[in-house]
Amino acid sequence: MLSYVIRRLLLLIPMAAGMVIVTFCLLLLIPGDPASVLLGQEASAEAINNLRTTLGLNDPWYIRLGSYFAALLQGDMGRSIFQNQAVSEIIAGRLGATIELAVVALILACLIGISLGVLAATKQGSLIDTVSMIFAQLGVSMPVYWLGLLLMLLFAVTLGWLPSIGRGVPLPEALIAAITGQPGVFLDSLSHIILPALALAANSAAIISRLVRTSMLEVLREDFVRTAYAKGLRRGRVVIRHALRNALLPVLSVIGLRFGALLGGAVLTETIFAWPGLGQLTITAISQRDLPLIQGIVLTFAIIFALVNLVVDLLYAAVDPRIRLG
Amino acid sequence: MRLPKRFRNISLILGAIIVLAIVVCAVFAPYLSTHGIEQMDMRNRFSGPTLAHWLGTDNFGRDLWSRLIYGARVSLLIACISVFASAIIGTAVGLAAGYFGGWTDLVLMRITDIFLGFPAIVLALAIVAVLGPGIVNVAIAIIVVAWTEYARVVRATTLMLREQNYVQAAKALGAHPLRILVKEILPNAMGPIIVLASLGFGTAIISESALSFLGFGLPPPAPTWGWTLAYGTRFMRDEPWLAIISGATIMITVLGFNLLGDGLRDALDPRHLSRAAGRKK
Repeated sequence: MLSYVIRRLLLLIPMAAGMVIVTFCLLLLIPGDPASVLLGQEASAEAINNLRTTLGLNDPWYIRLGSYFAALLQGDMGRSIFQNQAVSEIIAGRLGATIELAVVALILACLIGISLGVLAATKQGSLIDTVSMIFAQLGVSMPVYWLGLLLMLLFAVTLGWLPSIGRGVPLPEALIAAITGQPGVFLDSLSHIILPALALAANSAAIISRLVRTSMLEVLREDFVRTAYAKGLRRGRVVIRHALRNALLPVLSVIGLRFGALLGGAVLTETIFAWPGLGQLTITAISQRDLPLIQGIVLTFAIIFALVNLVVDLLYAAVDPRIRLG
Repeated sequence: MRLPKRFRNISLILGAIIVLAIVVCAVFAPYLSTHGIEQMDMRNRFSGPTLAHWLGTDNFGRDLWSRLIYGARVSLLIACISVFASAIIGTAVGLAAGYFGGWTDLVLMRITDIFLGFPAIVLALAIVAVLGPGIVNVAIAIIVVAWTEYARVVRATTLMLREQNYVQAAKALGAHPLRILVKEILPNAMGPIIVLASLGFGTAIISESALSFLGFGLPPPAPTWGWTLAYGTRFMRDEPWLAIISGATIMITVLGFNLLGDGLRDALDPRHLSRAAGRKK
């Protein structure tokens, strides 16, 4: 297992380097003089010159790439053009909210997706199966921002049950508050996160449910399931303890990939629900064409995604020895 | 003429009907539209569905039906460009990686992994931010991430096909690798590519409308679905159908392509069909 972990960690280095190069190339994609393009037509020659120096545009690209790498190794992602603050500081201030939203959405997606998938597989051909799969097909096809709007319209505007925008106290803090006798704080945080998380989770829940259904149908045909029934075990126990545990193995790797999709989806969800995370920051940065900030955000998303996949791969190898031995 | 049995599945037929309807609307938009896309009817602002305005009007009295079917042209055009380009790039990479193996495979697949590692919409937004809006730039933003899926699937198929007797025979006869790839392997890898392309249309339409929704797609007056939806959200509280109908149009179109893709997968890959259907207990 240790050699697998080391091998997997070593693979992360060229991957991260590649991501840095792709992010760096965004600057090269800008047609014409990047400094003039980024600052707009009304910028003074002095401002353009200053930005050229800041971005290192007077040097050849390979020197700039080298400096970019060197700075990143020291945790320096450059300075935002418009916010006059270190990019890493701005990102750090927003990252927690996005991770919180993505994690809650992932939990919801797993809960909904696995439940529907198991129900559909165990009741194959029934109305429940059909309804679950229609839900899955709609969930995959529904734009996240539209679902967010519909949820907001129903639960916030029409029924008035939940707040439509904003974020309460960060969930970990709210959880501590609840433990220390302030359940209202926790409930407030929960009420703020439930709609954006649900909108974000729907697509992943749909994909997971389809996968779990297919995987469960395969596992339910295996000999060990028949043996479990023959031993006289109850249906629920066979499905949950025997079949589901095996059926979830291939789903695990997809859950890792879904986390990346959730991070991407957060850009849209955060915009709709005014959730103060990295997604909303992305839109601000792109509206202002704040390139160092855009590069920092893109790289942060990619590195988080790579790390999550690493963790999922390691978990997968831990539960399925064929992976690390193969 | 009857369809072969394997093509007679509900998913494929329903998907094909939806896609065909959308394509017909897009192609014949000038004949099917009831009003000009910028034509205002101030006496019928927010009219709701009527005989004159089938899907209602917006705050300027502009006809939603006409805007949506012209919007279908934009969405389908961008989806076509991005799907074909991604398929060509991804297939070329997948074929080379799978056939040549070794370092070629290692390098090409690591590059694929790197691009796959970026959340699609974030990278697409960043690319549109630096390139600026426009049909080609939006398509490029979608292609940059979309080709990776073709590369992975085609590589896996090529790895399997290159061991087949007919490929080995062609090799033994001294056929050029390019000829083997194009004449022997590619035709047999077309099934998964067609399925991915069909599903890719749905993904491309969602990506394009997401970019437009966020204000980074084609600038107005282009009647993109995403922009029409974003515009509708301004009146969400009092006139919600504008946003509801625009969003439903996107969803139905994507649903059509997804159903078509799923149906094609079942029709072209019997193993997947048996896996998906399972065996009834």
